[in-house]
Amino acid sequence: MAEQSGGPAGASFKRQSQAREIWRRFKKSKGALFGLVLLIVMLAVIACADFIAPYRLATKQNLAKKLAPPSIEHIFGCDSYGRDIFARVLHGGRTSLSIAVMATITSCLFGSLLGAVAGYFGKKVDSVIMRSLDIFMSVPDLLFTMAVVVALGANFINLLIALTLAYFTNYVRLVRSQVLNLSEQEYVEAAKAGGAGSVRIIASHIIPNAMGVIIVNTTLNVSKIILYESTLSFLGLGMPPPAPEWGLMLMEARAFLRTSPHLLFFPAAAIVLSACSVNLIGDGLRDALDPHLKS
Amino acid sequence: MPYRENLGDVLLNVEDLRVIYKTDLETVAAVNGVSFTIKRGKTLGLVGETGAGKTTTALSIMRLLPSTTGRILGGKAEFNGRDIMKFDDLMLRAIRGNSIAMVFQDPMTSLNPVMTVGDQIAETIETHNEKISKNEVKKRVGDILTLVGIMPQRMSEYPHQFSGGMKQRVVIAIALACEPELLIADEPTTALDVTIQAQVLNVIKELRERLGTSMLMITHDLGIVARICDDVAVMYAGEIIESGPVEDIFSPKAHHPYTAGLFDSVPDLRSDAKRLKPIPGLMPDPTNLPPGCVFAPRCSRAMDICAREHPKKTVSGAHSLACHLFGGTGA
Amino acid sequence: MSENTPLLETAALRKLFKLRGGANLHAVDGVNIRIAKGETLGVVGESGCGKSTLGRVILRLIEPTSGQVFFNGRDIAKFKKRDMYELRREMQIIFQDPYSSIDPRKSVVEIIAEYMFIHKLFGNKLETFNRAAELMDMVGLARRYANMYPHELDGGRRQRIGIARALSLNPKFIVCDEPVSALDVSIQAQILNLLMDIQEELGLTYMFITHDLSVVKHISNNIVVMYLGQCVEFAAYGELFDNTLHPYTQALLAAIPEPNLESRLKEPKIIRGEVTSPINVKPGCRFAARCDYCMDVCRTRDPEFAEVSPGHFVACFKVSGK
Repeated sequence: MAEQSGGPAGASFKRQSQAREIWRRFKKSKGALFGLVLLIVMLAVIACADFIAPYRLATKQNLAKKLAPPSIEHIFGCDSYGRDIFARVLHGGRTSLSIAVMATITSCLFGSLLGAVAGYFGKKVDSVIMRSLDIFMSVPDLLFTMAVVVALGANFINLLIALTLAYFTNYVRLVRSQVLNLSEQEYVEAAKAGGAGSVRIIASHIIPNAMGVIIVNTTLNVSKIILYESTLSFLGLGMPPPAPEWGLMLMEARAFLRTSPHLLFFPAAAIVLSACSVNLIGDGLRDALDPHLKS
Repeated sequence: MPYRENLGDVLLNVEDLRVIYKTDLETVAAVNGVSFTIKRGKTLGLVGETGAGKTTTALSIMRLLPSTTGRILGGKAEFNGRDIMKFDDLMLRAIRGNSIAMVFQDPMTSLNPVMTVGDQIAETIETHNEKISKNEVKKRVGDILTLVGIMPQRMSEYPHQFSGGMKQRVVIAIALACEPELLIADEPTTALDVTIQAQVLNVIKELRERLGTSMLMITHDLGIVARICDDVAVMYAGEIIESGPVEDIFSPKAHHPYTAGLFDSVPDLRSDAKRLKPIPGLMPDPTNLPPGCVFAPRCSRAMDICAREHPKKTVSGAHSLACHLFGGTGA
Repeated sequence: MSENTPLLETAALRKLFKLRGGANLHAVDGVNIRIAKGETLGVVGESGCGKSTLGRVILRLIEPTSGQVFFNGRDIAKFKKRDMYELRREMQIIFQDPYSSIDPRKSVVEIIAEYMFIHKLFGNKLETFNRAAELMDMVGLARRYANMYPHELDGGRRQRIGIARALSLNPKFIVCDEPVSALDVSIQAQILNLLMDIQEELGLTYMFITHDLSVVKHISNNIVVMYLGQCVEFAAYGELFDNTLHPYTQALLAAIPEPNLESRLKEPKIIRGEVTSPINVKPGCRFAARCDYCMDVCRTRDPEFAEVSPGHFVACFKVSGK
């Protein structure tokens, strides 16, 4: 009945990597793997943008090349001001993706914190936070962001603020429900029975267990914010021209849709590919992190 | 009624049923050559612990295995002489709920929370008898509820207005709505309190006597077997290691060491002994079963041959067991 | 009750849960129990009888509404946070569900070591983990599982983790909340034997909560039967089974399907109805609605939990007349 003792002595208590297990499951999804490779390639290209096509190419106007179709010199062609579209897509990616990633991180941190506080302390704190949230949520997202950008002016920081305010509500609700659910778990009660305080319970039991869901949601949100930010730029509320930016490029390309569709095609493809790749990764992560789908 | 030709007293004959669950990573040998028969009007108790393959056996008979992973490798399940394993979807639908009904462990998940209890019973009656008037359906719903000890007036209530024991009785009522020839009950009382369990068991017992339904009773509780079943099959690691009439299984004669161990580990109300006699060890890993007797690694009476050779069945009368101790050396 | 000084004693312990609309759910309603040092009190009842709440109120995992809990003579119901933190070392709990009671994201050794870290029992990580390994030996869990995660282990082994964790602070008293009811019979017997061995070895005192009378018989010195938040019968284990007095205890005993053929022949005496609601209970015996011997007085007044013979307490008008 008692099992054989032996095995590791005290010195070798090492934390086995759960990450490896998650990676093994992640790998099994072809789509997710494809998304990951695609994203890595795109990020690498965008990161090396300065070496591939210097920034000045993205803003240098050359009316002689106005609306030039793709050629060896300008592989994506040129826009209505004769600027190289390839360079603009690359450098636009920097702006678009960095805003998207940063807005996701800020909204996630801010929203998760509020959600955790609301969920764990409950009662009055919860009511105050959730009712104030209702005010935010009663205004349509797009209208809300537009109002913020118009009020504060369009630049990188303000765009970040606007997108954060539009998206943090999701995290408040998500994290709150996670915390509510997890604090009911018996292992949290077990920690209390061992004398653990609130800080320890949140830090060592609730956050690690809520992490999976939050990570997955965050990934899925990146793609939403990419699209959203492009929408704002398209409406003229994003980064001010002549800065290269995908949504902005779409707006400019609109007028030449019939005659020069390549103006629209390349930035649109960049948006679709980045959104898709992140989405695929998100889906893959969701399956990989879900212990019920193990095996 | 379909399939009701006279085929002697055997209603269901399962022979050499083999089922696996296959995923990318591993293959679980869930049921490995299971054979048993259920006689008309009789109840067979399928006893075993978690992971023994009891539920898989039942689901295979209903052909309800999860389609992505479950696979029936071979074997027959002759119901009224016709092999269910060869049925197409249409024939399966005709038989499920109609000739064979199933009751699951958790009554909460088997009932639709947004439909009244009466409507749910009526639905079953209507799907299986197309030409039946509204009034007649209502009358039959009332009759069935009365049969399981629930006042017919409550037919317009929703499942959440019923307690756990009553819900399980409703589930049984639905299963019986079409007067099936065979009722498969998968741990029907495990989620219930003892006093409620006693009520539900009584309902099952009474109904079986009144309607003459045959039953496959899946349980881990030897007490329930003693109270309800006519025949018993003890499952371990996907195999039936001992089977026979309830009198044989509960008599102190020769038993498979696993059956004996199972009886020893049940806390006995009558014994004053403080210590229990557990079976050492754990059920073998179903992805990697031992080559010889599946019970050998835990068996206190294991011999050399047990680790090498799979025991054959030894039969004496209706009682059969698969163990090398009783001459089942396969000679 | 036992002559020894009680290690744990409750006096008129009550826990009411406030529901929406001002109703009260009487989970634990005036419970008086005593457990002597080194003994086991079995607490038996069906779901909703308040037995698990009682265990948690005693450990102050749920705050009592009123009443007292004496541990070693001190009323812990009034303990402040700091005192409770110290007290956690003396009183522990083993949970019913070996799946939900351990954190799925921690390795076996981390789970067992957690309490020792909280209470800083050892100076460093290595000493703590070494002690955890010793505890694994004690509960019969091979050390090679130390770095595994709970989902890789079966229910029986997980329950051994829970037991090792409960023992890690060297407690004197452990509430066992249905520790075997989620396990298979053969594993259940292993765990019950383990609990009895540990008790003997370390001189522990148990409060053993279960719905299964046959399990409790094997492990308890005394047994208390609960129904809807109240104690209905208390006796030494032999006395309770040989001289069952309360109609509910009788019904509970009769309802257990025994694994022998005699039980097949006798028609079990079945109590009708279901457990009545514990919300806003009216005065009177709570079992009255299901009781075959119900008299007028049963519906108007609460029966007294009276000693009918030395050490045998029953709350029933028919038995004690009061």
